Amino acid sequence: MKLFITAAVLTITATAAFAAGHCAAGKTLTDGTLTIATGNPAYYPWVIDDAPESKQGFEAAVAYALAGEMGFSDDAVTWVRTSFDEAIQPGEKNFDINMQQFSITEERDKVVDFSAPYYTAPQAVMTTVEVAEGGAKPTLDSLKTLKWGVVASTTALPIVMETIAPDQSPLVYDDNANVTAAIKAGQIDAALFDLPTALFTAAVLLDNGVVLGQFDPEAAENPDQFGMLMTEGNPLKECVDEALTALTDSGKLAEIEAEWLQQATGVPLIK
Amino acid sequence: MSTRRAAYEARQRRRANMIAGVSTFGVLALLLVLVPLAPGWQAVKASFFDGDVFLRTFPGLLQAFVLDVAIFAWSVPLIFALGLAIALARGARNPALFPLRIFGAVYVDLFRGIPVVLLVYLVGFGIPGLGLPRPWNSPYIWGTVALVLTYSAYVAEVLRSGIESIHASQRNAAICLGLSERDTMRHVILPQAIRRVVPANMNMLVALQKDVALLSFIGPVEILRQAGIYKSLLANFTPYVAAAIIFLCVTVPATRYADYLLNKDRNARS
Amino acid sequence: MPDPRLELRGVTKSFDDVQVLRGIDMAIGQGEMVCLIGASGSGKSTLLRCMNGLEPVDDGQVLLDGVDIAEPGFDLAPIRQRIGIVFQSFNLFPHMTAFDNVCLAPRRVLGETDGALHPRVEALFERFGLASHMRKYPDQLSGGQQQRVAVIRALAMAPQTMLFDEITSALDPELVGEVLDVLRALRDEGMTMVLATHEMGFARELADRVCFMDQGVIAEEGPPEAIFSNPKADRTRQFLASILR
Repeated sequence: MKLFITAAVLTITATAAFAAGHCAAGKTLTDGTLTIATGNPAYYPWVIDDAPESKQGFEAAVAYALAGEMGFSDDAVTWVRTSFDEAIQPGEKNFDINMQQFSITEERDKVVDFSAPYYTAPQAVMTTVEVAEGGAKPTLDSLKTLKWGVVASTTALPIVMETIAPDQSPLVYDDNANVTAAIKAGQIDAALFDLPTALFTAAVLLDNGVVLGQFDPEAAENPDQFGMLMTEGNPLKECVDEALTALTDSGKLAEIEAEWLQQATGVPLIK
Repeated sequence: MSTRRAAYEARQRRRANMIAGVSTFGVLALLLVLVPLAPGWQAVKASFFDGDVFLRTFPGLLQAFVLDVAIFAWSVPLIFALGLAIALARGARNPALFPLRIFGAVYVDLFRGIPVVLLVYLVGFGIPGLGLPRPWNSPYIWGTVALVLTYSAYVAEVLRSGIESIHASQRNAAICLGLSERDTMRHVILPQAIRRVVPANMNMLVALQKDVALLSFIGPVEILRQAGIYKSLLANFTPYVAAAIIFLCVTVPATRYADYLLNKDRNARS
Repeated sequence: MPDPRLELRGVTKSFDDVQVLRGIDMAIGQGEMVCLIGASGSGKSTLLRCMNGLEPVDDGQVLLDGVDIAEPGFDLAPIRQRIGIVFQSFNLFPHMTAFDNVCLAPRRVLGETDGALHPRVEALFERFGLASHMRKYPDQLSGGQQQRVAVIRALAMAPQTMLFDEITSALDPELVGEVLDVLRALRDEGMTMVLATHEMGFARELADRVCFMDQGVIAEEGPPEAIFSNPKADRTRQFLASILR
């Protein structure tokens, strides 16, 4: 009997400790649920088959690992979809954290909060077999002569303009699909994506795509780092950062990266 | 020399002006007081009306707008040339030209029925995708083609309505003087018809000036795209407000001018 | 009449189910002036429009100098240079000056050069007292002036026959005189003319022959004296009584 009572007390205390003592308690949109936003659609290899619930894909896997670290069971994770604009516009948000390869920049950080980085993305040059055979090399001099295309809402444009400084002004598109269409139409020679996206696009979306080279993220002044986006001043940030640090320290994050982004090795560095 | 009537009317006018002034001021004051009281005002203000961002991005936006103006400028002559050809094809009476008539009707139905955006994508990516070499696959060329296809369909309808609005007696007079059908159209009907539809076409041009921005979907960095780039770099929507202001500076005077022409025409005919 | 300039034989014309002309026979000689009178809707205007092929006839013949121009498929363009017509509503081209209105057809149809055409057209304006108005646009001219320009425009094609379709009916009464003076001048020149008109005094004064039309047929025709002073048919009498009160 005594044992039973002790056990019961212990159970109650443990439950109470979890509810009241965990850092996320009372800080999410819905108590006991973590609402995570992804893109619409979400792309490979970040989310496989546009189905984050399956935990397949780098960001989907990181999301569930993070939620677990923060004390949410898998069932307590809810997914929503937002565009980039919805993520940064003022007003009430329908997500606790938003995860879709947002690069952390100083300017953006004034308007929204970012978690600690969960991935450092090398920028990679994607082009076609024809352009590569035409003499394009992974050197800045060679890249200068190409006609470039980039996605407007990424940090690729400043890199193209400042690091590559091409001879012709680049063309700018809404999303990866349009960049791909422009490459197919022969309107641009090359596009700058983060490496995983570049690999996916070259391999899956194009018949003749190749990844010509990548910029060394360690060498870049401001390496492109992905952070989870939260509303400015969100009390949840501290808790998210703690959980991310724990995942990094335990090697879990590196494990997920190895699982989903392994092909990223073996692409030559741009000199 | 002020008659009793004139004095009365002046009094009435003053009264009306005063009421209009007071009510306008009242509405403005309410807006200025109430909007900032809204709970989200500070956030909206920071996102949409950041003076610093405005000043930093305005020159770049203005520069990008030059591209809009250029696309507009080379599209307009093409639109009117093609629109006129289609309008004439639709009005062809000669039975040998019947296929041309059908073509004109199908053309107008087709291109008025497809949203410009879709056409920009279809033509802008699709036709170059067939394997055209540079520079013939340029998004500038095929984006322009998309605009020209859509707008020439509208212009053709406007011109046709203008041609049909010219009274049959004008045609009869020309025919009775021995003029050929062709000369009658060229020298008698068309000059009058075109003049009559100038206001409608002015409105078309205002719409075109805005739709030029749709070319940004296939790559060209015109003002809308430039604003989008600034937006994503700065995570701030103020560049869109700045772009809207630049558009208004062009479209408002143009719209007013169209209205003025319309009124002038209406008065002249009454 | 030995050699009629214009001859109609059994001309009929319907609009939908309404028979407007029910068998018209008439002949107009060289230099003759014929006035068509009759109530509105009696078929005067339609008859005139059939004479230059503006309205195709349903049946019958329209012989111009012996050639049937009502033959279906006949090319009317050359014919229209030989028959001028002036309408009740002037139908000037509003986007051109009076001068350009007149010059258009000779330049495009006859291929005249400005060097030959301009002096000729200026002389026409001079002759009809409109020299000071020839650079004006139609809406800057009075109705009478516009109608005189319309006559000049038709004359500039040097027609052999002129048709006038109630050309004074749309004019204010004080402007009718100046237009009738033009017709008088043409009459003096010996122009072959057919007029549909409500100006009975004018018809009586100048016409060689008056045709009274009623319900699509020529009910009575003869010299003006006979028609106006001594009408034979009842309907002619009734018509004249109704308008000459």
